[in-house]
Amino acid sequence: MTTPDRGLVLIDSEECKGCALCFEACPPKVLRFGELLNRYGYRSAAYAGAGCTGCGICFFACPEPGAITVLRREGRVCQNN
Amino acid sequence: MPDLTIPGYTVVHEKPRSFYPVCERKPEMQHQTHYCPGCGHGIAHKLIAVAIDELGIQDRTVLISPVGCSVFAYYYFDTGNIQVAHGRAPAVATAVKRSRPESIVIAYQGDGDLAAIGAAEILHAANRGEPITVIFINNGTYGMTGGQMAPTTLIGQTTTTTPFGRNVWNEGYPLHVSELLASLEAPVYVERVGLGSNKQIMNAARAVRRAIENQVKGLGFSLVEILSPCPTIWKMNPVEAQRRVLEETVKTFPLGQFRDRTKSAPARPAAAPVPLFAEIPAILGLANGASPAAKTMRSGETIDWRVRVAGFGGQGVLMLGEVLAEAGLDAGFEVSWLPSYGPEMRSGTSNCHVRLSSKPIDSPLVLHPNVLLAMNEPSLRKFLAPVEPGGWVFYNGTEIPQGCAGRLDVHFIARPFAEIAGNAGDARSANMTMLGALLEATGMLAEERVLAALRRRVSSGHWLEVDRRALDGGREAVTKGVRHES
Repeated sequence: MTTPDRGLVLIDSEECKGCALCFEACPPKVLRFGELLNRYGYRSAAYAGAGCTGCGICFFACPEPGAITVLRREGRVCQNN
Repeated sequence: MPDLTIPGYTVVHEKPRSFYPVCERKPEMQHQTHYCPGCGHGIAHKLIAVAIDELGIQDRTVLISPVGCSVFAYYYFDTGNIQVAHGRAPAVATAVKRSRPESIVIAYQGDGDLAAIGAAEILHAANRGEPITVIFINNGTYGMTGGQMAPTTLIGQTTTTTPFGRNVWNEGYPLHVSELLASLEAPVYVERVGLGSNKQIMNAARAVRRAIENQVKGLGFSLVEILSPCPTIWKMNPVEAQRRVLEETVKTFPLGQFRDRTKSAPARPAAAPVPLFAEIPAILGLANGASPAAKTMRSGETIDWRVRVAGFGGQGVLMLGEVLAEAGLDAGFEVSWLPSYGPEMRSGTSNCHVRLSSKPIDSPLVLHPNVLLAMNEPSLRKFLAPVEPGGWVFYNGTEIPQGCAGRLDVHFIARPFAEIAGNAGDARSANMTMLGALLEATGMLAEERVLAALRRRVSSGHWLEVDRRALDGGREAVTKGVRHES
């Protein structure tokens, strides 16, 4: 059985410079390069789509002011048990 | 800011409100800061912005941007901003904090800025215990200018100015700023943190917040040194650069708190209230609280007095010039006074340039005077030639020295001014006899302006009286043509 992810990460691909620090920082390793270059020519980061815990560490590891927004699921979320 | 509402989810971390929504430096770069990918400045900026948001101080924060890569910090922080000369952030921060005590002043500096050219500023601001917050970014290099050696460059590190690696016999050792400042008595909080890992970054966030919170609480000087990656100059990718901070930089610059007196620091006495602009004339002792210049501003009269006063140190050369300038100011003229003297307090050469003008003064330098007051022979010899034809020359002596008599195109007034001053009470007031002669001969300024200026300059009643008599003696020397009695 699957439960919804506790967190969600949104990446502003125009602000991201593709430095990849967030890939390293992400504990569940759910951040990676996206498919396309942004208008400035950087291959920006993208969320893999599942597995975010909403811990927020990527937000602090990211050098860009607003490239990363982290959200958490409302209410108590039970893990797989 | 885009609407990030997603049903079932709450935003927990987003762009801090203390950042501007867009980067306005270049129209075509509105989504991007000017920093390189993976730059430590970006992370440090974010930690500061988050702390400002959390402490609710955005509307009273003043960020002092340095010279260096972070010179453009004011394009990103939606706070008060001042960008200052290289290394001078602590001095400007001091001024802002003292004149606006309620503001939260954050000096943001790199290692070239703080530890090299600004070493004196930071040392003395810390030693004075200025209640400011300093965020010190240590990446061991001059990033903006292309990677020269900084005081914090590691031993053996290759830079453009240490192409064979930093050699301690040639360039010395890395400067440990936190340890140095923690040896002072006044700082309240000094901590070194890093940006080398998640754990280090979160610890840095705590330290930055604490350093700012200290100021909110009214405690003293707080500094956080942040070991920061510079991927571009280090020629590494951002992840490698971060790892270098974690594994290499910390060996030279150990992390930790070097000073924490946040609990025991005594409360600072409240800063004296800053006076209102309108109160300043009264504080300066000006009658009726009004500016004398505004009250007495002349109209229509065009004057341009360019005065050179010269003599030896101790003759009152500079004071003569000051009295003249102050009296001129009192009379509503534009004035300037520029002293020029050697290091000796007595007997060196001394001269000053004074301008009194009905128009704004372009330069305080007087290279071609129309008035020369020469208090000794060397001064006359030195400054006579450039006096304009038709100008006035006052010389402290009876005989015009050989070689100086050829200027027939100037008004020459040679009198024994020191002797006249001695007869009037004290030979040391010869400067005032010369001033009296100047006023009498040229009508440059009204007597009461000069006396008012003199009263402000001379606090002793005895000397004021001596100077008044000397002024009168100088006037008489012109009108009656008093000559040396021998």
